[in-house]
Amino acid sequence: MMASSYNAKDEDGHHPGSVGSGGPGAVKSKKPDNTAFKQQRLPAWQPILTAGTVLPAFFMIGLIFIPIGIGLLVTSNNIKEFEIDYTGVDMFSPCFNCSQSYSWNSTSACTCSVPFTLDQPFESNVFMYYGLSNFYQNHRRYVKSRDDSQLNGDKSSLLNPSKECEPYRTSEKKPIAPCGAIANSLFNDTLELFYIHPNGSKIGIHLVKTGIAWWTDKHVKFRNPGGNNNNLSIVFQETSKPVNWRKPVYELDSADPENNGFINEDFIVWMRTAALPTFRKLYRIIQKKKDNMTPTLPPGNYSLEVTYNYPVRSFDGRKRMILSTISWMGGKNPFLGIAYITVGSVCFFLGVVLLIIHHKYGNRNNNADIPN
Amino acid sequence: MFRKRPPPEEERRVRANDREYNEKFQYASNCIMTSKYNIITFLPVNLFEQFQEVANTYFLFLLILQLIPQISSLSWFTTIVPLVLVLSITAVKDATDDYFRHKSDNQVNNRQSQVLIGGILQKEKWMNVRVGDIIKLENNQFVAADLLLLSSSEPHGLCYIETAELDGETNMKVRQSLSVTSELGDPNNLAQFDGEVVCEPPNNKLDRFCGTLYWKDCKYPLSNQNMLLRGCVLRNTESCYGLVIFAGPDTKLMQNSGRTKFKRTSIDRLMNTLVLWIFGFLVCMGVILALGNAVWEKEVGALFQSFLPWDPPVDNFLFSAFLSFWSYVIILNTVVPISLYVSVEVIRLGHSYFINWDRRMFCSRSNTAAEARTTTLNEELGQVEYIFSDKTGTLTQNIMTFNKCSINGHAYGEVMNILGAQQKRVQPLDFSAWNPLADRDFCFYDQSLLEAVMVGEPAVHEFFRVLSLCHTVMSEEKSEGELVYKAQSPDEGALVTAARNFGFVFRSRTPGTVTTQELGKAVTYTLLAILDFNNIRKRMSVIVKNPEGRIRLYCKGADTVLFERLHSCNHDLMNITSDHLNEYAGDGLRTLAVAYRDLSEEQWEEWSERFRGADKATDCRDDRLAAAYEEIEQDMMLLGATAIEDKLQEGVPETIAILSLANIKIWVLTGDKQETAVNIGYSCKMLTDDMTEIFIVNGHTVQSVREELRKARERMLESTRTRDGGKEAEAQGWGGACAFGNGCGGGAAANWMPDESKCPPPQAPPSSILESISGEFALIISGHSLAHALEADMEREFLETACACRAVICCRVTPLQKALVVELVKRHKKAVTLAIGDGANDVSMIKTAHIGVGISGQEGIQAVLASDYSFSQFRFLQRLLLVHGRWSYLRMCRFLCYFFYKNFAFTMVHFWFGFFCGFSAQTVYDQYFITLYNIVYTSLPVLAMGIFDQDVPEQRSLEYPKLYEPGQLNLLFNKREFFICIAQGIYTSVVLFFIPYGVLSHATQSNGVPLADYQTFAVTTATALVIVVSVQIALDTGYWTAINHFFIWGSLGTYFTILFAMHSSILFNIFPKQFHFLGSAHNTLGQPVVWLTIALATVICIAPVLAFRFLKLDLKPQLSDTVRYTQLVLQKKRKPAGRAGRGVGGTGVASGSTLGRLGRGGSRRSGYAFAHQEGFGELITSGKNMRLSSLALATFASRHSSSWIDTLRRKKHANSTSAQNTPPTGEDSTASSQAPPFSTSSSAADEAGQPCNEPVLAHSPDDIALSVIRCPEREVGECSTGNVQEAPFVWKGTGTRISGASSPGPPPIAEETSSGE
Repeated sequence: MMASSYNAKDEDGHHPGSVGSGGPGAVKSKKPDNTAFKQQRLPAWQPILTAGTVLPAFFMIGLIFIPIGIGLLVTSNNIKEFEIDYTGVDMFSPCFNCSQSYSWNSTSACTCSVPFTLDQPFESNVFMYYGLSNFYQNHRRYVKSRDDSQLNGDKSSLLNPSKECEPYRTSEKKPIAPCGAIANSLFNDTLELFYIHPNGSKIGIHLVKTGIAWWTDKHVKFRNPGGNNNNLSIVFQETSKPVNWRKPVYELDSADPENNGFINEDFIVWMRTAALPTFRKLYRIIQKKKDNMTPTLPPGNYSLEVTYNYPVRSFDGRKRMILSTISWMGGKNPFLGIAYITVGSVCFFLGVVLLIIHHKYGNRNNNADIPN
Repeated sequence: MFRKRPPPEEERRVRANDREYNEKFQYASNCIMTSKYNIITFLPVNLFEQFQEVANTYFLFLLILQLIPQISSLSWFTTIVPLVLVLSITAVKDATDDYFRHKSDNQVNNRQSQVLIGGILQKEKWMNVRVGDIIKLENNQFVAADLLLLSSSEPHGLCYIETAELDGETNMKVRQSLSVTSELGDPNNLAQFDGEVVCEPPNNKLDRFCGTLYWKDCKYPLSNQNMLLRGCVLRNTESCYGLVIFAGPDTKLMQNSGRTKFKRTSIDRLMNTLVLWIFGFLVCMGVILALGNAVWEKEVGALFQSFLPWDPPVDNFLFSAFLSFWSYVIILNTVVPISLYVSVEVIRLGHSYFINWDRRMFCSRSNTAAEARTTTLNEELGQVEYIFSDKTGTLTQNIMTFNKCSINGHAYGEVMNILGAQQKRVQPLDFSAWNPLADRDFCFYDQSLLEAVMVGEPAVHEFFRVLSLCHTVMSEEKSEGELVYKAQSPDEGALVTAARNFGFVFRSRTPGTVTTQELGKAVTYTLLAILDFNNIRKRMSVIVKNPEGRIRLYCKGADTVLFERLHSCNHDLMNITSDHLNEYAGDGLRTLAVAYRDLSEEQWEEWSERFRGADKATDCRDDRLAAAYEEIEQDMMLLGATAIEDKLQEGVPETIAILSLANIKIWVLTGDKQETAVNIGYSCKMLTDDMTEIFIVNGHTVQSVREELRKARERMLESTRTRDGGKEAEAQGWGGACAFGNGCGGGAAANWMPDESKCPPPQAPPSSILESISGEFALIISGHSLAHALEADMEREFLETACACRAVICCRVTPLQKALVVELVKRHKKAVTLAIGDGANDVSMIKTAHIGVGISGQEGIQAVLASDYSFSQFRFLQRLLLVHGRWSYLRMCRFLCYFFYKNFAFTMVHFWFGFFCGFSAQTVYDQYFITLYNIVYTSLPVLAMGIFDQDVPEQRSLEYPKLYEPGQLNLLFNKREFFICIAQGIYTSVVLFFIPYGVLSHATQSNGVPLADYQTFAVTTATALVIVVSVQIALDTGYWTAINHFFIWGSLGTYFTILFAMHSSILFNIFPKQFHFLGSAHNTLGQPVVWLTIALATVICIAPVLAFRFLKLDLKPQLSDTVRYTQLVLQKKRKPAGRAGRGVGGTGVASGSTLGRLGRGGSRRSGYAFAHQEGFGELITSGKNMRLSSLALATFASRHSSSWIDTLRRKKHANSTSAQNTPPTGEDSTASSQAPPFSTSSSAADEAGQPCNEPVLAHSPDDIALSVIRCPEREVGECSTGNVQEAPFVWKGTGTRISGASSPGPPPIAEETSSGE
């Protein structure tokens, strides 16, 4: 920007009010100090919007944004993503039956198997998400319905959860652990992936279930009560499981003590509430093959085996399973690239328009004539 | 205890010395109270007052809402902390203010006065003085209450008062007690006095009083002439006694000082309106969202209950919607954060300090700096359209100086012409060397006049003789040669002083004689008659007989009047003098023509016969006297003309010129006479001879005033029509005479309409007509007419006429009328008014106007106390308005625009989010961010801008007064600007919500974790918001000082610091429930996608603003932009010369009329006796006031001895009457000028004079000698005069001004010897 440094010194010297200031030794003069600050003469940079500064700015923005946008778009297009809705709304969808017979308390699990085909190979690590639609994890009452100090392993909160958890604070006169609506509504479908070999055999794909939560969540925010006590069932003895849960919190992953109780990563992921009613959460990671030669998920037929527990039909929700690869900028995100290209072009165009306007109608006040 | 308020008084009955009787009526005591609170009432009253503020109540209401858990969408501390802060800051400020009021009340209430209780004088505090008490006043004391003058130390129960504090007039006034009471004399008799006064109830009419005194079964009518009003100062009167009639709040002074009103600026009012609108907006938003909530709960929420059941009290969607409404009200309340009010106060405080600190508004002479006494009005200073100015002490210094004269066709005093223009500063003539009686303060530069006197030109001598004889000044000679003149009007004082310095010293007078010392010789003239001044005659004459017995009439008066009465042989001289007069008038000097006429003994005898007849006439005495005067004032010989300068305060014309270039209209409201006011109008260039017409409204009846106003309008219309016929059509529409100034709607134009009900939108084409009209006319209206004009049915008419004039002068107005005029303009014009004054008579006006300015450093401080700003020179006003006011306004507007913008951008994001979170009032941001956003993250940069911003440097705003206009037209912040800001804010909020929404809903971190979680979204949006508003403030800031840099960068830094701190594991480990955003900052801001999102949002928000601003600047630059740009170009070119070229001068030329053309036209203004009261001549000839000159005696001598002297004098009188006209040796002829002025003392010198004649001063005349009275026909009055007691002091001073022997006299001997030449 074009700017001028206003030099206060220019203005010194003529002070109409200061003629014959009280001589030395006279009565103490109340004359204000002659400091740049008090006299409002602080040196300052005075930017002005001129054609010389604004127009190049617009061109610059255009020139920077368009390449970035193109880069982003290309990157995004290179990312492979596959999404499948397994809610079972449709009569013919495999999970229709399961979706109809919904009950939190049914003992027998309803399973369904959803076949799908990948046209392209998925390279490198593939991330498996579950997605929910029309699920208001961002509702005010929902968001606040948790007790972070209980989740942080605080003993007293464990037995006396925060009032915020109401109405999921106590059950059968025992405190609920973990309390609150968020925990209560934990997503409890189990998804398994099978590769259907062209020869017809189903090969299970190994899904890694750790490393899906924020490091800080896993290691700082969430802690099991009782420190290193491995016997969680004793720690949670006095508590009751959330109403909708089938098994208590200490049995979330009985196999791995590092992934059990409050620090179970599926639980942690769920507890990190989504900003929008349609969201996806990381479920599993399919790690790339060691040989690097074959893609992680080669093209072909797959089958998604769902243990269908989570009812969403009542509120018109949807459940999806998403497979995606990742780049430096995360998952597939065409919006950003397009937005950048658009904004860049608009700025460039605006620059051109302004340039024309400036040349045609612009007030060339360079001659410094001031009408008064 | 609640005292029942007494019913309004019908009449007031006061019995002297009877407290019991008077107590029945429960009259107000003399205790005044201007303070608002005491210790007990402070808290409730102050809180009550504070909660009358819409905003405060609103926040209290929010606070209550937040305490309901079902509603609370934010923690309670987000509201209560700022609210308490605001309330306590305001309370402390109010308390301090009130403390000072208490102090000043106490100081006034505790002044001592002497009250006659039980026949003994007792010291009492003012506040204990009751109605009906008799109090004693001494010289130079303030009058404690409205008193009925009972008796005084002076003869005839006279006493003198100065009413400057009341009406601003500095000349002395005479009050006289009833003769029955004046005889009472001493305290003993007064204690017995039990008269009862029945009079009008308390009112605010300063010049009226009517009542009756009942005493000893007699009735005596009372008038204002018998009253001493509170606020007056007793002068030249040793002491007097008065009966308290009105006390404390009932006094006319207090009745005249309007109520203390809390002043708000128009921005304040606008802000309050906007806050209400915003509140309405809030309700709308709340309703929309609540409806959404109802729908959502019904359609989705009800089904979603398996995961999220309703809170217990909620059982249906409607109730939920109801709660949601309030929740949203809480969340969205940040559109009007309480920090708005605090910030506004802080900014204003900052501006006030800048005013206090301004060295260029510091007056070193009085050692006073400008002071912003009210800190809340600064930006209003940038919007002033009308200035109401007092005259005396504000525009003028109230010092008259004899500046130039024209004698016998020869002009004197024009130093430049004689000595050449190059010699600018000439030494003033030294009179003291030549004339021991010269006044040292008198300055005259033209040597030639002195030479003319010395050479002895007869005309010059006669000229000064007129000045020394023809006046009503009283002299007072405390010690030999130390003359003090008591002039009624400063004009006369100046003339007599001029004559004194040029060797024609007026020394003393008696009712029948005037003693002067002409070039050293004492001459006593017999005063045959004083043909007194009045407004119609515009002249005064004296007829004197000189010691040789020649009778002459000396006359001075307005040239127009005088020229008609000259002898025909004066024709040539008259022409020359007339030219000189024009010249003087062009310089704004007050002129007088001087003439004489020789009378033969017969002529005199003949005339005096008729005169006596007229004088004794009972009917039409005035007319007959006037006719008699007229008869003798004929065939006069012109001597010349005088020019007196009513010294303006420094820089007044320039200031007025600049202010009127800035389109500020200046009205002068003065208690002074019309002539004086008009004259000042000319000398300060408010009125010019170029003006098409000056209307004088002087009617005494409603009809005549209305008629005069109507005529004025017609004239204006007519001249407009003739000037540009093209616009006739519009002018026709104006026939009904409705001009509506710049006020209506704040548009740049005026509206012309038959009645106010149909006010068309502004920017009507006829604006040009008003403009052209306002350039050319002036209105002068007197107090009487004003009283009618201000009545409800005529006020609009008056206002419209007045506002179409360029200059308006109201003279002879009472303080309350001043306030009414201000009020009128304020009410109908919707324009910002500023009142400036220095005296107590300006207080009500100062209080009424939007802004009151007090001139400090003068005697009275009442105006300053009532004012909002004070400084010591009128010329600082231009700086206050054009620099400080303009900046304040600019800064405040920029601040408000930005402030509303940033809060809408911040808050409206919640609205959009509502659609995605089930209208559940979930906030987008972390609650700490919400708390800190306004207080920490965005407050300081905008404060820095609000305090330090400048668009153009200060000297530019003085060079281009037009830069002031946006403020008057209210262009920078009005409803339109507000909507633009809001729109911009909403636009920003849309971008800030939907860009992250678009990006983040699908984005994942580079480790596959989705970014669409709530906390990431919150951090992204918040960061984008902070960055966008920071970029915006960077764009808005036009003056980047180090402080701005520090605050803007610092705020960004603070944001990130606090963000990371809040999201750190340390805080989480301590308060896991409070800081649940653990790790969000780290996780979010580490992602390139997030930064790309923020950059994208910033560009989308800012680019349109940038483009829009650039276009505005490029296509339609404001004056300030151009000035700024020019400055830049100039600095680039480094061409210092260029700037000087475009100074004020250039501006003046460009804009034409005001500065450029100096009136050399024909309107001459007589300066005669402007502040002069009629009737003083009579007072002199009757001898009533003669003891005035012997006041010094009275102060030194005891009462007893002075009366002894009186008797002595009376005795002497008898035998000296015959001798009084001893012919002086030198006569008044010219030949004697070379002769040493040796003493030719007049008759009675030998008696009283002897002891005081110092041997050394033998040659110096001693005319303090008793002159003896010879009132033409009447009884013998007293003598004026010199006296024995003075003797010891005499030799000390040779003739200086100040009264009192303490004034340091110059070495007397040297002076005296040199004076002998």
